Amino acid sequence: MIAELTRGERQAALIILCVLAFTGLLMAGFGRESALDFHGALVLALSVAGLFAVIRGYYAPPPDPARLREYFDAPGRAGILLAMGWAVIGMFFGVWVAALLAWPDLNFDSEFTSFGRIRPIHTTGVIFGFGGNALIATSFYVMQRTSRARIRDQLGAWFVLLGYNLFCLLAVTGYALGVTQSKEYAEPEWYADLWLVVVWVVYFAIYLRTLAHRKEPHIYVANWYYLAFILVVAMLHIVNNLAFPISLGSDKSYSLFAGVQDALTEWWYGHNAVAFFLTSGFLGMMYYFLPVRAGRPIYSYRMSIISFWGITFMYMWVGSHHLHYTALPQWVQTLGMTFSIVLLVPSWGSAANALLTLNGAWHKVRDDATLRFMMVSAVFYGLTTFEGSFLAIRSVNSLSHYTDWTVGHVHAGALGWVAMISFGAIYASVPWLWKRERMYSTRLVEAHFWLALGGTVVYVVAMWNSGIIQGLMWRTYTESGTLAYSFVDSVAAMHPYYIARAFGGLLFLTGAVIGCVNIALTIRHAPAPAAAADAEPPAAGQLQPAE
Amino acid sequence: MAIERDPVTGRLTTGHEWNGIKELDTPVPRPVYFFLVVTTLFCIGYWLLMPAWPLGTTFTRGLLGADERAHVTAAVAEAARDRAGWTARFERADFAAIQADPRLMAIMRETGRTLFGDNCAMCHGRDGAGGPGFPSLRRGTPLWGAAPEEIAETLRVGINSTHPESRVAQMPAFGRDGILKRAEIEAVAAYLRGLADPRLAAAPDAVAGAELFAGNCAACHGADGRGSRETGAPDLADETWIYGDGAQAVFNTIWNGRQGQMPSWEARLALWERRLLALYVADLRAQEPGSAQGSAQGSTR
Ligand code: HEC
Ligand code: HEC
Repeated sequence: MIAELTRGERQAALIILCVLAFTGLLMAGFGRESALDFHGALVLALSVAGLFAVIRGYYAPPPDPARLREYFDAPGRAGILLAMGWAVIGMFFGVWVAALLAWPDLNFDSEFTSFGRIRPIHTTGVIFGFGGNALIATSFYVMQRTSRARIRDQLGAWFVLLGYNLFCLLAVTGYALGVTQSKEYAEPEWYADLWLVVVWVVYFAIYLRTLAHRKEPHIYVANWYYLAFILVVAMLHIVNNLAFPISLGSDKSYSLFAGVQDALTEWWYGHNAVAFFLTSGFLGMMYYFLPVRAGRPIYSYRMSIISFWGITFMYMWVGSHHLHYTALPQWVQTLGMTFSIVLLVPSWGSAANALLTLNGAWHKVRDDATLRFMMVSAVFYGLTTFEGSFLAIRSVNSLSHYTDWTVGHVHAGALGWVAMISFGAIYASVPWLWKRERMYSTRLVEAHFWLALGGTVVYVVAMWNSGIIQGLMWRTYTESGTLAYSFVDSVAAMHPYYIARAFGGLLFLTGAVIGCVNIALTIRHAPAPAAAADAEPPAAGQLQPAE
Repeated sequence: MAIERDPVTGRLTTGHEWNGIKELDTPVPRPVYFFLVVTTLFCIGYWLLMPAWPLGTTFTRGLLGADERAHVTAAVAEAARDRAGWTARFERADFAAIQADPRLMAIMRETGRTLFGDNCAMCHGRDGAGGPGFPSLRRGTPLWGAAPEEIAETLRVGINSTHPESRVAQMPAFGRDGILKRAEIEAVAAYLRGLADPRLAAAPDAVAGAELFAGNCAACHGADGRGSRETGAPDLADETWIYGDGAQAVFNTIWNGRQGQMPSWEARLALWERRLLALYVADLRAQEPGSAQGSAQGSTR
């Protein structure tokens, strides 16, 4: 890792690590009576470890200039491993928190493992840990290949990857200690948020710089999606996290917004996090790995463009559909609902574009579990976006809101779409990144596929059932005109579904563990490709010259 | 980089290529435009009818004049009107009259169950059987009375609540405040064990405890330890315990004192709801097999 850095980059790394170590020292020193001192110590320890690593490699000979003719894949490789690690951690916490809802004693009477703390560990672990690392790793991969340009800034790429993981680490350890802003998906406190801004700006700069040095006349659509992901997430993150710390020595801050303004800002953020983190970025992934793996050209260039702008424009409006029938003025709810309905068209445009791209490659879908992961993810993307638009309709929402239906909907998207496209992309890129002929075991990929699909279906069906039952129980009246069920009746009725959900999650987790094993075996034992050059197959192999 | 033809779809490529990826120049399928137009028309229609767009400090109100707040207020008022026939009876009729009306008692059982589940179960348990710190509403000598009138009053003012007329119940911290020594507390605890189980009453500790009890505890718990309605002090000779019957729990109670809190429901539940719940709680006790009271008429102590 250090050997690849130039002398100048090694010096810069030392400076950055010194600054970080100093910041950690300040945090630990001033952070009295809050988790800030723990986090300061953590930052200090990690940067000192980093300093030692750089110093040890500092006098290594300068890197071979021949490396500049190849893509810079080291951070991408690390990102994939980190993504898989976070997947297992995040999903483990997911299964735990699901089991906790079925058997409330499973927090073992400790505040560190109370529901309110391990739930965000789960969501942050899977969304930001797994999803975010998968996005960063594949974006590095895709932007270089579709631009035919090597990442200029090696240190920057490492900074983004490791800095981002530091943010994730601060976030989840903070939750266990009770540090939270209490904003869903934006729980980390002010200091972690500030750090993420720094990381994100560097990420954006690297992306733009690589694109600026591209040797292709046009920018491939996958890059548009990745760029939208980076740019909009920066904007969302900054606006929603505007807050004042109560003092520089405290981990606690207060949001700039209050009441219904805060709720609207939060859900403008929350839904666009779904849009630009969990959709746009992963569409970028899909637009690269699906055609390459299928060996087919994209079905329609025009549809990818119209869908891109449709999604980008429309998503911005729809966050208020999370606040139907609340103190939010009705006109804001109307806009959220109506734009959600139009949004279905570009969403299905993207899903259809992916599935139609597979025309002529369906036999590969049948035989190749990696491609099947991507195909199924496109199907779930279509299902989930349909369900999303449907649930945004006010009268439907009055049944579904606050129920497990929402949770089922999210997981149809998170498991069926986000995780499946990521696993597809990871299985496709691991052999290319580590220069292996193929994955160590295609049977294990196959097993992972069926566990993932089975787990998703069990999960989603359980939550549909429990959500609709809950919604109906809450609105059933007796003949005398009073509610027929108390809330706790509906909680008791959920018990069997919560068990089913935990089981579905366990299947999904098992799949991810198998994936980790398979990837480890591939790196260790799979044979190198016969043709030493690039193992990556050319896409669109079967095309003929026109006329 | 040449434009090619795809044999599967018969479409031409755009002529661009990125690391092998090509794109077909397929026009956007008709249905996409169709649904774009349909959904957009729907939106425009909806915007015309409903509150939709901001206009400075106000917003377009829509042709239907729909107003969510007014709608909810009207729906709530209508539901209250629909129920008024019987809720008025729960508000005004005296308890004996309600208990004599099987139709009202059926409503009481059905609605009482959900009201209890939503407001009381988190402390008293779904079935009212209580738990550590929260008394059983089904068994044992009642603290403040088990007649519907008494329960309704308990619900109205609460116990150790913020209500100005709250019932007040305070078990002093004999150990912490230095009123009794550890050995004395152990003796009085032994005496309490003897109260509950006569076979233990002759133990030397228990005998010493009897005197301490008479001097320190009887004022509130009664000379026989059967509790008192005036102080809310529980019966120490019955089989139910608020804080558990373990030696440690009893010791802790005497050492640290206790002050259970039961919220006042006057500002949270309507009068008919409180009176209905009072009947429901009385009924819970009456339904209890082998209950000393045996009926909802209240304790006969
Ligand atoms: C926050 C917890 C809590 C809730 C909620 C609660 N209670 Fe209580 N309740 C208590 C406690 C604690 C006591 C005993 C106070 C004491 O120990 O002095 C009590 C006592 C009572 C008593 C007196 C028992 C007796 O023997 O005289 C009645 C009756 C009662 N509750 C009924 C209700 C009803 C009906 C509801 C629902 C409307 C309710 N409670 C909700 C905590 C609660
Ligand atoms: C000032 C009145 C008062 C005096 C004096 C008093 N108690 Fe109490 N005691 C109470 C009240 C009131 C409660 C119920 C506390 C509550 O739950 O809010 C209680 C509760 C208890 C309980 C718990 C009962 C259960 O069901 O868990 C025990 C045991 C007890 N007292 C023992 C004693 C002993 C022993 C003494 C004398 C050393 C004593 N008390 C003196 C008022 C008194």
